[in-house]
This record gives sequence, structure tokens and C-alpha cells, in this order.
Amino acid sequence: MSKVIFSIRRFNPEKDSKPYYKDYEMNVPEGATVLDCLNLIKWTKDGTLTHRMSCRSAICGSCAVKVNGHPKLACKTQAAEEIINGRMKIEPLGNAKVLKDLVVDLEPFFSKFQKVKPWLVTEAAGSQQSAVNVKETRQSPEDFHRIDAASTCIMCASCVSDCNSWASNEKFFGPAVLAKAQRFVDDSRDKATLERVINLSEANGIWDCTHCGECVERCPAEVKPMDRIVSLRTTAIKMGIVNNNGARHVEGFVDSIRSSGRLNENIIPVKSMGIFNIPGLLSLIPVGIRMFLKGKNPPIIHKHIDEMDDVKRIFKRLKK
Amino acid sequence: MKYAFYTGCVAKGAGRELYSSSVAVAKRLGIELHELTNVSCCGAGVISEKDPLLSDTLNARTFAIAEELNLDIMNICGTCQGVMMKAQKSINGDVKRKGNINEILKDGGHQYKGKVKVKHLLHILIEDYGIDKLKRLVTRPLKGLKVAPFYGCYLLRPSAYSNFSSPDRTTALEDLIIALGGEPVQYDGRSKCCGFPIVMMNKESSLTMSGISLKEAKEKNADCLVTPCPLCHLNLDSYQPEIDKIVQTKLNLPILHLPQLVGIALGIDSKELGLNKHIVSTEKILSSFLKGL
Repeated sequence: MSKVIFSIRRFNPEKDSKPYYKDYEMNVPEGATVLDCLNLIKWTKDGTLTHRMSCRSAICGSCAVKVNGHPKLACKTQAAEEIINGRMKIEPLGNAKVLKDLVVDLEPFFSKFQKVKPWLVTEAAGSQQSAVNVKETRQSPEDFHRIDAASTCIMCASCVSDCNSWASNEKFFGPAVLAKAQRFVDDSRDKATLERVINLSEANGIWDCTHCGECVERCPAEVKPMDRIVSLRTTAIKMGIVNNNGARHVEGFVDSIRSSGRLNENIIPVKSMGIFNIPGLLSLIPVGIRMFLKGKNPPIIHKHIDEMDDVKRIFKRLKK
Repeated sequence: MKYAFYTGCVAKGAGRELYSSSVAVAKRLGIELHELTNVSCCGAGVISEKDPLLSDTLNARTFAIAEELNLDIMNICGTCQGVMMKAQKSINGDVKRKGNINEILKDGGHQYKGKVKVKHLLHILIEDYGIDKLKRLVTRPLKGLKVAPFYGCYLLRPSAYSNFSSPDRTTALEDLIIALGGEPVQYDGRSKCCGFPIVMMNKESSLTMSGISLKEAKEKNADCLVTPCPLCHLNLDSYQPEIDKIVQTKLNLPILHLPQLVGIALGIDSKELGLNKHIVSTEKILSSFLKGL
């Protein structure tokens, strides 16, 4: 057993004007999880400490808290691995309003799932036909494999806690919701794929993810939300839902590499905005002028790489 | 020490000061560079959204060319580094995929074996060159300079594609700043996202991301910020006037590329480092270190 100082962020909105950190010194029993430690603190040191827990088996997702700055399932995290110089910092999840101590308001998180219709849309669902008369819809193992990763989500909100796009734009659907969307877009039994992809391609959807990788890093399951979002983008492009800056950016980027092997930074912003998007194009002018005046503008004559023929051959071979 | 030098697109385009400073620093340190002029863009995580196989094939071609030279790859862009690491893992972990890709590469006379190592300059300075050796070459210690480290996402996350053994706890940039005589600023923004990948899709959100970290660095009294990723540099520097408006603060925080900071401490000429090529002037805050260089 080793003595550890747990620095826990406390906040009771009924009493405190702002959050504060309270230290608890405690022996950490061998094999204890962070949740075991939180329970020991509550039961033996300070009954006013408030935290969530339920299954203690990494299934329910209720005990997610920040441990040393990043979200973890308290029940799945060995305390010994999180002790840094004899200390451990525990805080509520980020990107959420604190209700009390380590408990955050998850309502905004849960309500966003409605935006992506997290249920199967089948022909039967829209008809008056009784479910008992509908033939079973089978799914091959290969088809299931496409939705397997997203299906492991336990909705603990760890991904949202560290999501950079959510932090700067609360309207962003967020990684968990978009992963859930992929689970239905790629479900071979679903009949609303096009409608879903159109909805997801709107503002605050798939094209607002910034690729920061935090969700992949923090997810305690196997969802890898960013990979699911990338998959949705690929699907959107394949389905021709390309009238938006995100999809145009991808198409313009690929065009540039196909023609010169490297990115033409003079052209890509224009292609991303769209040549008929006058406000978008105008918004590029100030930064363009600023960079030009500092000699930071990319060379006017865009040179291709050496051995460009080989790169062109690869594009041709892959029919891109 | 010799590397296959992968410049990436930005160092040849809107961030040419990254190229010149990297070359100057490598020369000063005696690191030999073989510049790869016949390789394509890494895809920046964008091409793979159109077609993952195309992205992996283009990167495999780059790997094969470096292998033919019997050299490991040196990246100077955090995004190139992360994308290449991901591609390499995807190819190396799937024998069938590797076979398919080599079949495509064959007609161009290339074959990817899977042995090349992909490293970022930061990793090379810390692990291959050695921080103590670098420290001995510092002629102008950055004494009193408070530098905010800004890693950029791709160098750290997902950790499965990072060269750093513990990306959440790595102190590579901080260690480097200390070795150069400076003082690293401790702030949460160090490992956050600059927002650049969505600047064309949602400018407000993108620049807010930069703003959150820049404001925090400024509040922690940073004199400047250093980043090993030129895409972060584009958002943090080129868009800083717009970011000022979003965070309602005149930030005036100079943003340095990693080799520029190293170059200043090594006494390299400021023009060679391209310190005059920034939107936010580096002159005012760094003047005491640049004088006489």
C-alpha cells in the first residue's frame, strides 16, 4: 500500500461560488481501481463527495471522470498506473456543465443522438404491418463487421469530454453521435441511408470534425469514433453528397495530387469554398493579402514533383 | 547521420521558412539530408477520405523510395508524420494489403519492404541526435524566454501511430526548450488542436480552437509559441488577426516553427531561419536573442 494524495475538483453550485480542489491523502490498496479509491474516500473520509457509478464492469459508462487531465472509466482504470509523483488529479468530464463535484449534466449529450435517428429505418417500420408478420432480416458476418466497432459504444461521453471541435462549437454533433450515425448508415438492413448522409453532411456534422484524434485516444471501448467519421465522409463522397466545403476540399485535394503530386495551396482554398460561393471566396481575401505581403504566398507557378508519371499511373490504376 | 528528407507540401509552399530553417539547422548539426524530390504528398488524412488504398499506396511509394536509398525518413511536418505512421501501420499489419500495394508499385519499379523508419525532426533531435549533444552546440541560450510548446495532434494521437512512448505524458518539446536555455510554459493547450483541418469548413470553430490555446498561453505569460507542425503554424500565425477578434484580445504572440527556435539558439542567421516571414512579427519579442545574429 502506498500513500497517495488525491486532488479532487469539488463544486456544489448551491454553496460554492466557484470550483476548488480538495486533497485527500489515502493508502491505495493493491489492485484498487480509481473507482475503488473514490468510493473509499466517500465512505471513509468525506461523505459529501459526489460521483457516479453503477456496473463497475466497464459496461454502463456512468463512472467516466478525468484522471490526470483526461477521461477514463474509473472502474476500468488501475489506480497504481495513474499515480504521478505521489498524486492523482480527478475532475469531472470536460465539455459539460458540472451538476455537483464529479457529476456532469449529460442531457445535452444524450439529446444530440436524436439528430441522427439512432434506430433502424426499415420498410416495415413505416407501414401499418404488424412486426410479427415481417420476415426476419438477416445480416452476413461481413455486413455486421462494418457496424461492429460503433456498436461497442457505451455512451460514457469520454470522447466528447476531450473533443476539440465540441469545445469550440457546442452545436457540433460530436464523436459519439457521429459514430452512432455510422452504425446505422452502414447497416445493411437500414433503408434511410441517403437521407441520413444528407443530414450528416449539413453544418455541425461530419465535416466539422478536426481529426484531432482525442476521441480515439479516450474511448474506453473499441469505437474509434474518428475512424467512423472518416468512413462516413467516404460514404458521403461515394453517394455524391458533395455540395459542401468538406467534400469539395477532399475532391480538390485529390485533383491536386493527381495533377502535380503535391498540394497546390493557391487553388485548394478556392476549390474548397466553391467557385460560386462568393461570400466564402471573399473571406479568403484578408488572409491571402496578409500572406502575400509577407512573402508567404505559395509560388505562383506550381511545379509538379519529379517522376510524376509514376504517380499518375497509380491514380489511373486505382481509377481515381 | 543521414536521412531521406521529406519536405511535405507546406514547407515548399506557404511555409517556406520551415524548409530553409530545417536545412540550416541540419547543416549546423551535421545531419546529412537527401531531399526526396520524386515523392508525392502524404495525403494529409484527406486523400484517405476519398480512398484509403490510394493514400496507402502513395505513402508506400515514398517508403519504398527511402528504402532504396537505405535511409530512414525525416519529416518536418507533424501531420505528414502522423499520416505516414498510420499508413505504415495499416500496410505492415495486413499482408494481403501490402501485396496488393506492391503489385501496383511494381510497374513503377518500386517495392515496399516494410523496414523504413519514419521520424519527425523533434524525435530525431531528442532520440537520435541527443539532447545533451544539442545542448553543447547552443551559442545563444534562450535565457528568460518563455516558450509555449504546441505539439499538434498528429504527432501525438492516436498514440498507436506516435513515436512517443507515452504521448499524453511526453515532454519532448519541453525538454528541447529547456536544452536551448528557454523556459517552457505549462498550459493545457500544449496538446490541443489548432483547428486547421476545418478552417475551410467552419472558420469560426477552427479559429476558436486556436484562440482557446493562444489565449491560455498568453495568460501564462508566453513570449512565443513553438510548433513542430506547419499546419498548426498556418492557423496560429496567419489567422492570428482574425483569432484576436474571436478571443477579444490582442494576442501578438509570435509562432515559431520548431527548427526556427533551435536555429535561434544555435546562432543561425535570422533571415536564413525566415523569421521575417511571419504574420505576427517575431522581431519585437525575440529582439534580444536576434541581435547580432
